[in-house]
Amino acid sequence: MADRLTAAVALLPERLGWHVALSASALGLGLAVALPLGIAAARDPRLKWISLGAAGLVQTIPSLALLALFYPVLLLLSGLATKVLGHGFPALGFLPSLLALTLYSMLPILRNAAAGVSGVDPAVVEAARGVGMTDRQRLWRVELPLAAPVIMAGVRTAAVWTIGAATLSTPVGQTSLGDYIFSGLQTEDWVAVLVGCAASAALALAVDALLGLIEVGVARRDGRRLWAGGAGLAIGLLAALTPLAGAALSRDAPAYVVGAKNFSEQYILAELMAGRLEAGGATVRRRVNLGSAVAYRALAAGEIDAYVDYSGTLWANVLNRADNPGRQAVLEGLRRALKARDGVVLLAPLGFENAYALAMRRDRAKRLGVRTLADLAAKAPSLTLGGDLEFFSRPEWKSVESAYGLAFKARRQFQPTFMYRALESGEVDVISAFSSDGRIAADDLVLLDDPKAALPPYDAVILVSPKRADDRRLRAALAPLGGRIDVKAMRSANYAVDRDTGKKSPAEAARMLVGDATATSRRD
Amino acid sequence: MTAAIVLEEVSKTHGGQTVLAPTSLTIARGAFVALVGGSGAGKTTLLKLINGLSAPDTGRVLIDGADIADQSGPALRRGIGYVFQEIGLFPHMTVAQNIGITPELLGWPAAEIAARTEELLDLVALPRAIAGRAPSRLSGGQRQRVGVARALAARPSILLMDEPFGALDPVTRVALADDVRALHERLGLTTVMVTHDVGEALLLADAVVVMAGGKVLAHASPTELLAGHPDPAVADLIAAPRKQAQRLAELARG
Repeated sequence: MADRLTAAVALLPERLGWHVALSASALGLGLAVALPLGIAAARDPRLKWISLGAAGLVQTIPSLALLALFYPVLLLLSGLATKVLGHGFPALGFLPSLLALTLYSMLPILRNAAAGVSGVDPAVVEAARGVGMTDRQRLWRVELPLAAPVIMAGVRTAAVWTIGAATLSTPVGQTSLGDYIFSGLQTEDWVAVLVGCAASAALALAVDALLGLIEVGVARRDGRRLWAGGAGLAIGLLAALTPLAGAALSRDAPAYVVGAKNFSEQYILAELMAGRLEAGGATVRRRVNLGSAVAYRALAAGEIDAYVDYSGTLWANVLNRADNPGRQAVLEGLRRALKARDGVVLLAPLGFENAYALAMRRDRAKRLGVRTLADLAAKAPSLTLGGDLEFFSRPEWKSVESAYGLAFKARRQFQPTFMYRALESGEVDVISAFSSDGRIAADDLVLLDDPKAALPPYDAVILVSPKRADDRRLRAALAPLGGRIDVKAMRSANYAVDRDTGKKSPAEAARMLVGDATATSRRD
Repeated sequence: MTAAIVLEEVSKTHGGQTVLAPTSLTIARGAFVALVGGSGAGKTTLLKLINGLSAPDTGRVLIDGADIADQSGPALRRGIGYVFQEIGLFPHMTVAQNIGITPELLGWPAAEIAARTEELLDLVALPRAIAGRAPSRLSGGQRQRVGVARALAARPSILLMDEPFGALDPVTRVALADDVRALHERLGLTTVMVTHDVGEALLLADAVVVMAGGKVLAHASPTELLAGHPDPAVADLIAAPRKQAQRLAELARG
């Protein structure tokens, strides 16, 4: 517990720094756009209607979805830019997060600026014209000072929203306090989740208090409060950004970027790859918690250099294939197709599969007499199926569903950790499990056979980006991992991270795997 | 000598409704003119056309012989004092800042503005000590005196007033009205005042313009109007304060 807290706090300067950099930039940009727009809207009812409507609409999009949507849009724009200008820009990380959060921060500023300016007493506005002010003088000398308290209240709301929503930038590859929450949720490291929540909440409260001081200062025309609030914000910003600047100055640009999707096995394998690269003297940056589809496109676009994916996933989602020609044929097909289409190198299958499989508690399966998916089809109408967040929308599920004619009483979606809990407690009868999951052995689950081979093979493979295709150092570090990890070793490493007591960090679990891998190579 | 203010066939419609029918009016330099009539008569519209707060749909407005359509609105208004019915002091500025605003917009040196502000406080009979106060800490009468001081700050030759005493109690009202008439004489102003109080108009002004339904019904001196007018609407309007005065006189005699 104390170890986990120490480990979590050690990561705080970088994560907090990025969180502050991101939130402050988004708020600044939001202010720069929304404030003039709000003032213009106060003078033009049609513009007011349109801009408030649009900002309100943005607000109804769940913030995570808004962040996710910017990735494909930027990818498309980056592709266009590459064609027209010869070079693109990163579609992952800071930029999509900044744009989404900027949009998100605009509504309260826009609304309060429009309300504040149009709320100024008409008699005072007419007097301003009557004493001979120009439109610009009237705005700066009368309307803005009188609307300032209302505008500042909007900025405060926007700041709190932005700081909260910035935790959601983790899945698009931007380091933030959300890293604690997403990884912690995945590995059931509640200490990390709490550290992330507490840090984000404390940041929001501190910024809210300082902006509140400025708001009161503006309303009461109290220079001391204004100055104290402004100085507090400036000092806080500087203090939070110092570690980032320090890191940028003291280190060379990171040589390699290793990616991972958002589950324990991916964290462990990313640490394994990063560890081997670092052992060879390279600098490595980790980009974890990428969405499944985001990871491959980020690799193809060269934003990450290497990550582990699974043959069946690539086969179905990247190549859009629904057939199953067999394990080796899938690997060979992928090797050729990914190279030809995207220049992506399939470096090495690691030696284990992390296949989608339907799993049941052993006692329940025995009582119902279910051993295969064909047996399950007969019992399904009285059973509930639990799936992870993407399972029901994946082609694998459609294939299994139609091959066996599976029709369940009900279906429920869970974050994977909670899916296993639901199976254990009997809330669901069958779940979509991963064959390398440590919890299969630990929870005494059985994987149901697939006699019709409706589910494709899922060999874990290291993929390398086009720009690192011929990088010797990378190949030397990663190629030897090929065929070195069997499913038992992976299951126990996964379980070491996922279990409740005696938890290991992904890096520690990776060292377990390296130990196994080197032991194997010594035996060879 | 050119007239201070000339309106030539000016008219104004608002939302398809005529608020001012084509009207011509000439106001001589140094005159104190009152515009009287009920609400919706078009008095305030007429007043706002004079300093360009509102633009006429037809016709033209000449100030000292020059068409105001050829001038910049803000520059024109800096040269014409305006007192508002709602006073419209800037709540985020002190009394001194309110009074000094037009000179400041004109780019006067700070020392000159400060001296002018003190002079104006004396002129409108306000203690100099209130210069640093916020308008919200003044009484209604004091506020309107600040409004008058603000209008006169940049030494305009024309003063426009829209129901300047409307919100004041009767005692304050009479005192301020007398002070304004005295200032008009002392500063050699051309003054146009909108009021719905016919008695006040007859007592203060050199000439009274009677308006109704966006039209000018009469333009004459108080004595002429009191002697009787052919238009029954004008006659009724003028008769009302006279009857009131007679009754008060009878009451006083017992």
